Amino acid sequence: MRKYTPKDNVQKKAYYTDRYWVAPRVPREAVEEGSHFAAVADAMKAFAKESYIEVGQLVIHIDPTENFEAIKTLKEQCGYTQCSEQSAVDYLAQDGEFELFYQFLNINEAKRVRIVCRIKEGEAIESIVPLFNSASFAEREMYDMFGIKVNNHPMLKRLIMPDDWEGHPLLKTYPLQGDEFASWYEVDKIFGKEYRDVIGPENRDPSRIERYDTKRFSRVGYEVPFDADISEGEKPNPIEYSETVLVDYNKDSGKQLEERR
Amino acid sequence: MAQHQVNYASAAGLPIALTSVDKLVNWGRSNSLWPLTYGLACCAIEMMAAGASRYDFDRMGTIFRASPRQADVMILAGTLSKKHSEFARRLYDQMTEPKWVISMGSCANTGGMFNTYATVQGVDRIVPVDIYLPGCAPRPETLQYALMMLQKKIRRESANMNNNTKQNLRLV
Repeated sequence: MRKYTPKDNVQKKAYYTDRYWVAPRVPREAVEEGSHFAAVADAMKAFAKESYIEVGQLVIHIDPTENFEAIKTLKEQCGYTQCSEQSAVDYLAQDGEFELFYQFLNINEAKRVRIVCRIKEGEAIESIVPLFNSASFAEREMYDMFGIKVNNHPMLKRLIMPDDWEGHPLLKTYPLQGDEFASWYEVDKIFGKEYRDVIGPENRDPSRIERYDTKRFSRVGYEVPFDADISEGEKPNPIEYSETVLVDYNKDSGKQLEERR
Repeated sequence: MAQHQVNYASAAGLPIALTSVDKLVNWGRSNSLWPLTYGLACCAIEMMAAGASRYDFDRMGTIFRASPRQADVMILAGTLSKKHSEFARRLYDQMTEPKWVISMGSCANTGGMFNTYATVQGVDRIVPVDIYLPGCAPRPETLQYALMMLQKKIRRESANMNNNTKQNLRLV
């Protein structure tokens, strides 16, 4: 049997896996009494499901429905006046959820806080653009890359990919080299679908050599005239160095079995 | 001692140099190749260096033009993303005939190290390319050499672009 490859995370590709490897975990420390973060954690008590300190930053897990209220409290009561980053992490394969995070900075105290919440696929999140204008592009990027809808965003459209793009590239289900739509995007857009045959599929194999092509490949030491036919009646037998050589196992196997019988 | 006036009629012949139309036209074309100022990525830095005083494209009659209407050569210098491919093709279409394309650097030639969903895998998928210029990024000398190769290529061509083989390969 062929080895099963999970379809929900097509980007995951390990060239080498160490059997005894244990991924290092960042230690999580409790919030110290009397510190600045203790005051922040106290103010955020109504929203926090869990809070701890990770690499000198306060991390607060909240409910996704309360994100606007929680961040408003953080801005107005704790002085976190900069939203430096907002995005998501795809944990759909692992937990069936996205992890959304907001990163805030308090300039007076030189402290950073991360607000984390988890939403299911297809759920939307409330926009924090009324509080932080800088979150506008971050939320648009999150929508572009993950397809997470943001409620009450002033202009929720794609930021990085073209407006007519299909798919959300940072999802783990999105292949790194693109799907069918992505591979023909420029051809379809510029020339139309009927030009696919003229231009041909993308060459993703950097070491491809076409043996009988005397226009684009030279034979060092065995030079022939430009565009000369050197096949000498041989059938085309391209040399493939690709990792993914497509072999049709089912096509010939029946035949061989019959021959053996 | 220099003469005050040269009497051509009394000398060996008239002041005429014989040539073919092809040679004359291509002499003009190849010695004033005006590329489009069009940088896409880090190769554009090398292109700028080639245009500046140290390497000096001006001495080859090559002056960067900021409008596709006045340009003959499109130097695709850098990574062409799929989102941008439409606009690159539109700029190419806006250039007047005759026009040539130099694909500069690995990214423009084949997609290079960007073997991803968002990068055009070789600009020859959208525009017909005359010179492929290897390197990541190519040095300014390489671009100069490519331009000289393009000049050589133009001098070999027919002045009537319809007679050239490239015309038949041109898309659309």
